[in-house]
Amino acid sequence: MSEVPVQHTQWNALDFPDAAKVLLEDSQTRKNVQHATNVIQGKRNKVVAELPDWEDLREAGARVKAHTLRHLDYYLTKFEENCVRAGGHVHWASDAAEANRIILGLLRRHEAREVIKIKTMTSEEIGLNATLEANGIRPIETDLAELIIQLGKDRPSHFVVPALHKNRQQVREIFQREMHLPELGDKPEDLATAARTYLREKYLRIKVAISGGNFLLADTGGMCIVESEGNGRMCLTLPDVLISIVGIEKVIPSFRDLDIFLQTLPRSATGERMNPYNSTWTGVHPGDGPKEFHVVLLDNGRSPILADKEARQTLQCIRCAACLNVCPVYHQTGGHAYESVYAGPIGAILTPQLHSMEEGRSLPYASSLCGACYEVCPVKINIPEVLIHLRGKVVREDQATLAGKFSLWNIGMQAAAFLFKDAGRLSMAEHMGLVGQKALVSKNGFIEWMPGMLSGWTQTRDLKAMPAQSFRDWWAKEKAPHAKSADDGGVR
Amino acid sequence: MADSDLQRSTVLASIRMSLGQAQASDAIDAEYAAISRSYKLTGELSVYALLDLFEDRLLEYGAGVYRASAAEIGATIGSILRRRGKSGLAMPAGVPMEWMAEGFTFVDATGFDAYELDKTEGILSSCTVAIAETGSLVLQNVAGQGARVLSLVPDYHLCVVFADQVVETVPEAFERLENTSTLPTTFISGPSATADIEMTRIKGVHGPRFLDVLIVV
Repeated sequence: MSEVPVQHTQWNALDFPDAAKVLLEDSQTRKNVQHATNVIQGKRNKVVAELPDWEDLREAGARVKAHTLRHLDYYLTKFEENCVRAGGHVHWASDAAEANRIILGLLRRHEAREVIKIKTMTSEEIGLNATLEANGIRPIETDLAELIIQLGKDRPSHFVVPALHKNRQQVREIFQREMHLPELGDKPEDLATAARTYLREKYLRIKVAISGGNFLLADTGGMCIVESEGNGRMCLTLPDVLISIVGIEKVIPSFRDLDIFLQTLPRSATGERMNPYNSTWTGVHPGDGPKEFHVVLLDNGRSPILADKEARQTLQCIRCAACLNVCPVYHQTGGHAYESVYAGPIGAILTPQLHSMEEGRSLPYASSLCGACYEVCPVKINIPEVLIHLRGKVVREDQATLAGKFSLWNIGMQAAAFLFKDAGRLSMAEHMGLVGQKALVSKNGFIEWMPGMLSGWTQTRDLKAMPAQSFRDWWAKEKAPHAKSADDGGVR
Repeated sequence: MADSDLQRSTVLASIRMSLGQAQASDAIDAEYAAISRSYKLTGELSVYALLDLFEDRLLEYGAGVYRASAAEIGATIGSILRRRGKSGLAMPAGVPMEWMAEGFTFVDATGFDAYELDKTEGILSSCTVAIAETGSLVLQNVAGQGARVLSLVPDYHLCVVFADQVVETVPEAFERLENTSTLPTTFISGPSATADIEMTRIKGVHGPRFLDVLIVV
């Protein structure tokens, strides 16, 4: 096969703090993001509270996913065997380039000039659209939000509602320009109708579709896709050829396990008891749906994550995005600040791992560690635990380099470690600090500016001045004389 | 070795390297079978409460809901169609004669392509199972339900559900689907909808914009 130029989307260009700074100034985006996340979160809380067995569903979902990951090779080969038996074709791709080559090869064989697509973050991850365009094939997004993103030459900022950062006026402008509809109104109904008309002709005409996948079912070799609009069903049903690009972690042991995930996913994702459409199919079925069905199983950095027992749970994710909607950091910045296909708390742990900790290194710090993401996660991924684990990795890797060893952060932290190791040293530092801070404390009792390397801290926050008496001094005076014998050394 | 075999063994080797020693398949199956499923498996509602719940959920989605006895199906379908201003419907093979209301045209749409279906006034079908708690209809490729495309392209869907097809919980529905799990299956919960624009729920983007459900009691 001839060489395939693989294009990558422009992610990972900036670190989180720099990207966030830009986005924090965009008040329209912040308003749109906050409105959307508040609405979903409110709905989600209501429908989750309806289920008395919610915690049991979370537990069962987590266990099924963890079990599958522990035996991923077993379940993937089982899926493959059953899918092939049912008339499907299974391909394996180690990385983005390989996946793109496989898909492009299939499209060329069918002489496809256009493809219709269901929203898939996996295709965003491998830069599929850019690759197709560079090779003369036009990808057409059919999810309303993805269509808004594609026509607006934008990037998704949320993986359930990718265009939540756009309001109706902004969507209207994009549609007016790109669909040549000068008279278009700005009611959501007008916009949805425009999209319906624009896409229906394409569904009926275009013969090849590309999708992602929510679940691969090992015991039947089937697939499940969960959606709202019916665009998914159009792509899964009407074309002659369907190509699904799916991460290897999406396999579950059995069709029956969907009884857990079809309860937890819609309630977590969109705050609905059930999303309007779920489709399951197995291979090809004569007279029903595509005549040719391909699944591309994508590794792309996933298998090494399995080796890290503390971080493996990252792969349990079913992409509901509940952690985004509840995250105070995401709430303020929106998804683009993460400079990553996968935004929010899950993106903060998934992205750096997918890139072997070489990209997205600032993301484990893009969190307040408040734990809300863990509480809402329908498969119980302990995101704060993994964030801390990854921060540890970043620090250890930095300390292993010369530049890292002599960086101000490392020197500062080493100095702090030195001080905290010995009570005498700490006490001395406290007294020195009391003297040293005098010139810096403002009238309100806060330090608003610090010199040299410490200035980074006060750039974004004020520091409370040290009290005249430290806790340790107070303790020594008030309590220690009476408890000396029992507490000796205890406080030291 | 062909490219595809090489790619396959590379991915599998990488997974196996990360996981370490593999267990025997019997042991894996046993471990899977032992996973505790303490979530609610079966419902507790009486038949009447169950149907009321199902109806409430459907209404919340914006579907139309009707009830009739078995003897009244044809006449009720006729009145629903009059109300919708339809002169007839398309349908999959296997829809009983008695459902075809007098004075309306019913065409067998088996083998219709998408263009032909796009021109129909709507589709009449039965279902395999329905879930009260989530207001869902489950259709499979069997007589009376047919290919997935039938309930997809037409703008209107009228689905007949028998009371004994309605279960309370999602797990109960999966229990009933167990033996036919490889058939093309569609879960439908209300008409097509999106909330992509400012979180406002809009009915009908690409799938049928109008859904009526006739519950036979």
